[in-house]
Amino acid sequence: MTPSDRLYLKRRLVNGFNLVVSGLCAAFGLFWLIWILWTTFKTGLAAMKPGLFTQMTPPPGSDGGLANALFGSLVMSLAAIAIGTPIGIAAGTFLAEYARKSALGEAIRFVNDILLSAPSIVLGLFVYTLVVAQVGHFSGWAGALALALIVLPVVVRTTDEMLQLVPSQMREAALSLGVPQWKVTVQVLYRSALPGITTGVLLALARISGETAPLLFTALNNQYWSADLSQPMASVPVVIFQYAMSPYDSWHALAWAGAFVVTLFVLLLSILSRAILLRNKAHHD
Amino acid sequence: MIDVPSPVAVAPLPPATAAAKPVATGRPKMAARGLDFYYDGFHALKNVSLDIAEKRVTALIGPSGCGKSTLLRVFNRIYSIYPKLRATGEVLLDGENILDPKFPLNRLRSKVGMVFQKPVPFPMSIYDNIAYGIRHYEKLSKAEMDARVEQALVQGALWGEVKDKLKQSALGLSGGQQQRLCIARAIALRPEVILLDEPTSALDPIATGKIEQLISELKEHFTIAIVTHNMQQAARCSDYTAFMYLGELVEYGNTEMLFTKPAKKQTEDYITGRFG
Repeated sequence: MTPSDRLYLKRRLVNGFNLVVSGLCAAFGLFWLIWILWTTFKTGLAAMKPGLFTQMTPPPGSDGGLANALFGSLVMSLAAIAIGTPIGIAAGTFLAEYARKSALGEAIRFVNDILLSAPSIVLGLFVYTLVVAQVGHFSGWAGALALALIVLPVVVRTTDEMLQLVPSQMREAALSLGVPQWKVTVQVLYRSALPGITTGVLLALARISGETAPLLFTALNNQYWSADLSQPMASVPVVIFQYAMSPYDSWHALAWAGAFVVTLFVLLLSILSRAILLRNKAHHD
Repeated sequence: MIDVPSPVAVAPLPPATAAAKPVATGRPKMAARGLDFYYDGFHALKNVSLDIAEKRVTALIGPSGCGKSTLLRVFNRIYSIYPKLRATGEVLLDGENILDPKFPLNRLRSKVGMVFQKPVPFPMSIYDNIAYGIRHYEKLSKAEMDARVEQALVQGALWGEVKDKLKQSALGLSGGQQQRLCIARAIALRPEVILLDEPTSALDPIATGKIEQLISELKEHFTIAIVTHNMQQAARCSDYTAFMYLGELVEYGNTEMLFTKPAKKQTEDYITGRFG
C-alpha cells in the first residue's frame, strides 16, 4: 500500500462516516415532522364530515361544523393580504430600486427583518392597544390588520430580493431606451420578478392562515355566522385552540378536523408556489 | 493708403498641426473632449479626446480594465444610474454637450441607443420587446406599429426567423437571436448613434458572424461605436479604431493604418499579442 493509497482510504473513511452521521441527523428531524403530519392527517381525516363546511361551531355536546370559522379565516386572511401586499411591494421596490446601497435602505431592511421575526403575539397586542382598546370592542378588521402586519415584512423582503435578482443589464437596457425609471420598474422589472413576488405572497398567506395569537387579542371569536368585519369574527386557529383545550370529545374531533383543513391548505399553497417557481425556471432555461 | 494685412493674420497653419489631426473623414457625430471619469475616487478615464465619425464604425479596443466600456457608457450617460460615478469634461453630440445636466436625458437616450454584452430581452413577447420603446415616444395605430416592428426586425436581420411567432415570449429565442432582437429594439427608436458593448462576446462564431454582417449593413444609416476585446472583429468591421490602455487613449486612427502601421509601440505590442 503506497502512502497515496493510505491517504485515499482515510479520505473515503472520513467521507463515509460524515455521510452516515448527516443522514441520521436528517432522518431524526424528518421523523418528528412526518409523525406530526401523519397524526394530523389520520385523526383529522377521521373527523372530517360534510357538515364541517355547512354547520356553525356548536355548543358542547351538540353536533356542528366549522363553517363560520372557515369563512372568518378566509375573509380576514384575504383582507390582510389585500392590505399588506400593495404596501409591501411599494416598500420593497423603494428598497431595491431607490435605496439599494444607501444607509437609509440598510436601516429599513434591518427594521423589517426585526418585524419579520417579531413574535406574532406582540403584533396582536400592538393592534389590541391601537385599535381594539380605542374602538372599544374586538373586530374582524382588527384581526385583518394584525395579520397584515405579519404579511407586510414578508412581502417587503421578497419584493426587495426578487427585484435585486433581476440582472442589472435588464435595467440598463430598458433605461437606455430613454424610458423613465418608474416605468421601467413597473413595466419591465415587475414582470421579471413577478413569479418570485407571487410566491412570497402565497407563502405569507400560508403563514397567516395558521396564526392564532394575533387573532386572540383582535378578532376574538364568534360562535355564530358573521360576515361583518366590524364585529368579532371566528377563525379556524382560534377555534382549534379553544376546542383542543376543552374537555369534550366532540370539540376535540372538530379541532382535529380544523387542523387537517388548515394543514392541507398550507400544503396546497406550498405546492402551488413551488409550481410557479419551477415553471418560471423551465421558462428561462 | 492701402491696408496691408498683418503677416500673423494670414499665416497658414503650420504643417505639423495638420499631420497630427485626427483622421476622421466623416463628420464627427459624437466627440469626447478632455473627458475624465471617476469611479468613487478611481480615475478610470484620463483626459480622453476622441471623435466618433458619422455613419462609420468606430471600434474601441484595449485590455480589460482599460476604460473602453466606461467610455462607451458615458456616451449615453447610462453610468449615471449608479451612485458615486462622475464624468468631467465634454461629450458632444452634434456639438451639444450631453454631460451638461440641462441636456435632457431621455432625448439623449432616444438618439443614442445601446446594446449590451449579455443579450437581455424583456420578459414579454418578441413584438412587445420592439414596441415597448416606441410606445414611450409615439402614439401609433395598430397598423403603423406593426409596420414599425416589422421594419426594425428586418433591419435587425431577425424578421425571417420570427415573423410567425411574434406573440411568443422573447425568452425562447437563442442567444444570437436574442442579441439581434436587442439590436432591433435599439434601432426601432430610430436613433442616430448605436453603442455596442462587446455585443458578440456571449455568442458562438456563427451568431457572431451574423451580428458582424449586420453591423456593416447598419452603418449606412447609423453611427456606430463598438467595444470589443476581439481584435480581428475590430479589424473586420470597423472604419476607425481607438486603442486604450490604463484609462488613456493611446492611439486613434484609420483601422487599416492602426493594424498595419501602428504609430505607438504600445499599440504594436497589443495588436501583435506581445502585451505584458
